Order: sequence, then C-alpha cells, then structure tokens
Amino acid sequence: MLMPTFILLGIFVYFFLGKTIYYSTTDWGENPAQPALSETVIRENIGFENYQNLMTDIIQAMFRNSLTNMFFFFVFFVIGSIALGLLLTIILDQKIVGETFFRTVFLSPMALSFVVTGTIWRWLLQPDGGLNALPTVFGLEPFRFNWLNSQEIWLQFTWDKVPQYLTFVGFAILAFLAVRRALHQDWRSVGFMGTLAVMMLIIFAAGVWDRIWLPLDVAEAEPSIAPKGFNAALVGIIIAAIWQMSGYVMAIFTAALRGIPEDLREAAQVDGCSNLKVYTHIILPQLRPFVISTIIILGHTSLKIFDLVFAMSGPDNARTVMPGILVYTKGFRQNSFAQASAIATIVLLFVVIIIVPYLYIQLRRHD
Amino acid sequence: MIDIPFSRTKFWHYITRAALYITLIVGMFIFMLPIFVVINTSLKDPAAINLATTWALPAQLHWQSYVEVIEEFGPRIWNSITLVTNATLLSAIIGSLNGYVLSKWRIAGERILFPLILLGMFIPYQGILIPLFEFMRDARLYGGIPGLIIIHTIYGLPITTLIFRNFYVEIPDEMLEAAAIDGAGFWEIYTQIVFPLSVSGFVVVIIWQFTQIWNEFLFAVTMTTGASEPITVGLAQLAGGQAVHWNLPMAGAVVAALPPIVVYLILSRYFIRGLLAGSIKA
Repeated sequence: MLMPTFILLGIFVYFFLGKTIYYSTTDWGENPAQPALSETVIRENIGFENYQNLMTDIIQAMFRNSLTNMFFFFVFFVIGSIALGLLLTIILDQKIVGETFFRTVFLSPMALSFVVTGTIWRWLLQPDGGLNALPTVFGLEPFRFNWLNSQEIWLQFTWDKVPQYLTFVGFAILAFLAVRRALHQDWRSVGFMGTLAVMMLIIFAAGVWDRIWLPLDVAEAEPSIAPKGFNAALVGIIIAAIWQMSGYVMAIFTAALRGIPEDLREAAQVDGCSNLKVYTHIILPQLRPFVISTIIILGHTSLKIFDLVFAMSGPDNARTVMPGILVYTKGFRQNSFAQASAIATIVLLFVVIIIVPYLYIQLRRHD
Repeated sequence: MIDIPFSRTKFWHYITRAALYITLIVGMFIFMLPIFVVINTSLKDPAAINLATTWALPAQLHWQSYVEVIEEFGPRIWNSITLVTNATLLSAIIGSLNGYVLSKWRIAGERILFPLILLGMFIPYQGILIPLFEFMRDARLYGGIPGLIIIHTIYGLPITTLIFRNFYVEIPDEMLEAAAIDGAGFWEIYTQIVFPLSVSGFVVVIIWQFTQIWNEFLFAVTMTTGASEPITVGLAQLAGGQAVHWNLPMAGAVVAALPPIVVYLILSRYFIRGLLAGSIKA
C-alpha cells in the first residue's frame, strides 16, 4: 500500500534531485549546436564549468550578489524572528487576560501567502508614503529611508576576501567548541578540533582557496573590485519576513513552554527564585533545543526564499536577488537550464549542511 | 476610613503589569498596521489614492475595486478552487492510508522508508523544478491545472503522511487486534475503525494543505500559463507592473488572503497543529 507513495516520491524527489545535479554539469541552454526554437535538446557534459563560471565569471556577478543577499537575509531574519517570537512568548506567558486573542493576532500573518505579504509591504514601503509617512499622522517629520529602492551597501567586503573570513569563522567556532569540550574534560574531542583547525590552516596557507575560489587569472576582475555587502534594500524585505514568521516562532516556543512541567516552575518559585531567575535558569535552558530547530526551520525558509522577494522588488532586482529567484529567471526566462541547475545544486548543498545536523539532533534526542 | 498599606512590591507589580499590557497593545497595533493599510487603500477611490495620504481614511467607501478585481481574477479564482479542492483531498486520503500502514502494519524496511518519505518535506523545490518541468512537458501536463494538482498531491504526501502517522499512533493497537480476530482485513479495519476515528486528523491535514496550496507560488508561476494560472500568480502580475494603480492590488490581496484567513480565524487550533506538525516531533 505504501508502494505508490514511495515510487512517486522516489521519482519526483530523489530521481529529480539527481537529474538536477546531472544537468548542472552539462551545457544545456548554452550548447552552440542547439538549433533555436527547437524541441530537441542538445546538451553535453562539461564537468564543473558552470560552477567555476558562477564563482568567477563577471557575467555571473548576479549569482554572487544573490549568495551575499541570502547570507544577510538569513542572519537578520533569523535573529529578528527569534528575538520577537521569544519576547511575545514570554509576555504572553504572564497570565495575560485575552491571551488567546493576542496569540491569534500575532500568528495571523502566517495564514497569508508570501505573495500577499509582499504586495502589502511593497505598498507600505513606497519611499514617499506608507511607513515613511506614518510620523506625519502625529504631526512629525516623515522618515526619509528609501527602503526597497535604497542603493546603500553596508558592511562592505570584496568577494576575494571570503575565504579569509570563512577560515576565521571556522577557527572561532572550533575554538569555542574546544573550550566547551575541555570543560567537560573530553580531551579526545579537543584533539579532533585541534586537528581540524590545523587542516584548515594548511589548506589556507597552501593557497588551495585561491585555486578553487578565484582562479588567478581573474583575480583582478569583478569579484575582487565590486563591493558586496548588506544591501539596504533588503531591510524592508527582512522586516516583512519577520512580520510574517515571528508568530510562528511564538507558536513553537509556546508549545515548548507547555511541555515544561508546571511543578518545576513552582518548585523554583517556592525556593525563592525571582520571576527573572525562573526564566534564565529553568525555562530558557529547556527552550534551547527548540531554538536550534527554529533556527534550522527559518534558515531553510531563507535558503529557498522566492515569492516574498518576487512580490516586493521583482525577480530582476540586483539589490535583492536571491539564489531561489535566479533558478527561476535563469531557467524559465533565459533558458539557461544548466546554470539554473548549478545554482539549485548549490542551494541544495546548503540545505544538506543545515538539515543533516538537525536530523542528527532529532535522532539523538530520541535515543 | 481603613488605611491600606501600599507596599513597594505591590507597586512594582502593578507597574510591570501595566507595562506588559501596554507593550502587547502597542505590538498588536503595529502588527495590524499592514492589514489596516491594505483594507483602507482597497476601499478608496483610485483618484484619491496617493502616497501622502496613505493613512487617511477613505472619504467614502468605494467598492468598485473589488468588483474589478473579481472580474479580473474570475477564472483564476476558479482555477485556485479546483486546484486546492482536488490536491487537498487526494493528498489527505493517500496520506491517511500511508499513516495507517506506517503506524499499524509491519513493513519490511520501514525504518528506511519513513525517513526517506519525510526528507521529501525538506527539499527546496527549486532543486527539482527543472526536471519536473521537463517531465510535465513530456507528459503533456505542462501549463494546466491538472498538472499542478498532480504536483501538489505528490509533494504534499510527506507532510500528510507524517501528520496521519503521528495521529494513528495514538489509536490503541488492541482495538485493531480485536477487529482482526473477528476476521476484519486490511481495508475493513481502515474503513470501519481507523477512518471514523480520523475526523480531527483530517481537519488538521485538510486545513494545512488548503492553506499551503492556496498560497503556493513557485510551482504556480513555473508550471502554468495564461488562463490556467492560480490566484497568487494573478496577484503578483497585478502588483508587478511599474505604474500600479494601488487600489487593485490591495483589493486583490484581500481577495487572495480571505479564504485562508477565514479558515484560520474559525479553526485556528487545527491550523496551529498542522503548523507545528512539520517542526516539532513528539
């Protein structure tokens, strides 16, 4: 009875994923022998050339912009949603009159589609109206931020510096983990992390990054000159996304709070713990695994983000472009199916990086 | 007169309570601002809509935008209804059978099959979009609502299977064993015991699938063309142009948002259960 589902998902999920990865190594859409407007597809295997182009070719700057945008969207969207969701959870946990009503209000954006949200916020973020005009209702000066049309770039960096940053972040994470394991006297793990750190150092020093990140002949070209960074145009999109998703975070945390036995709290209060201490010592530590799952769920949302940006700033906006949008424009608008597949594969790789630790945590919790 | 001692702790207690409620009420107004603006703008005379007066109330209610939008959306609303009804029911029924099999019958390789089905929930659909497009075109299903129904049914199966499996685990095995002893087979047990007990499971799954499919955009924009687009694509086009008459997209947003919002307001308990099913495992 399970067979039809399994066969269908086998084809529509796993076989198609494999096909996408395969297409990413072909020249589908770029093959010079391809007759125009023909139904028959000519494609040949070209190895990793698509990936190399995405990372280095000047024409593919849009892709590197999209990765940068996705990174900043991910960071601020996740932090913002979790902070707001946690705040709402804690406030609504104080035996509030009308709790259900407030919850319904804060969760309601979750019932909307990203297209509806995007349409509404696009109107709200018009430079001369909407939010900017809100202070005038109270007789104040209007805001002057350009929102979706902003050309500012904050936290600028150039693409060739990324391996350095990655190495640095990798070191920081390893050092943090090593210190924590050392406190548990777990010297084997500390040794393992030390080895990883040394390996990273060797990779960096041996110039491996220079080869795979930016082949030397193009190092002076666009990637190292054009500034990348946190495009101010993303701020409005991040706010809209937080508006939509923080209620969801609240719902997850509330469900988690209900799982904490009431007597645990009461015992703490009887022992003379202040309300604040009950939160910092009992409730927040219990919430930690749920914070991690929430980061992963929201991270997953950021990786595939498509409709919100599409509706707010259009699919062709270089300031707000995302990899999920490029798959659409490259594949379905420009017929560069192979490059679209390569971008999709990179997104998949990120998802794997996020999902594997998540499943690992989930399984470990079950044991 | 009785002198009530007004203690310091009591004073601070009232201050914090007041602060909490003020924060909540201000927060609620901020959360509802976009909703206010969309309804407000949709009811204005298009000639009266300009950026400077976003926050002013309409001079008189102007319902014409809704008439225009429904005319414009007409077939797309119908497309969305056809799509949502079929795909929701199909994925719910198949998911229910899967959940029944997974929770009540021993199957070879279950420990591998179930996680493999679940993983289908986590893939970003951009990752299968191009082979899917190719497949739909070769199968002559590209461009229309039937193709989209098949797509949403299949990719809905992981979540519907998961919700029903977790739901059926709660049904005591003894009930089914008793029926099995009385000679009931696979289908009799399902139709006579499991299915009648699954009403609230079906409500959760149907609401979830309904909202998801009604709101979905990526498949809709890539797999349908022209007259067979669902409502989300219609809305994106309405709002996408450069010189936009904002009354129309705003009225369109209200129309597109109304079905899921109504369902959410009436059945929010079940909606939340569907929402949490994908994120927290018991």
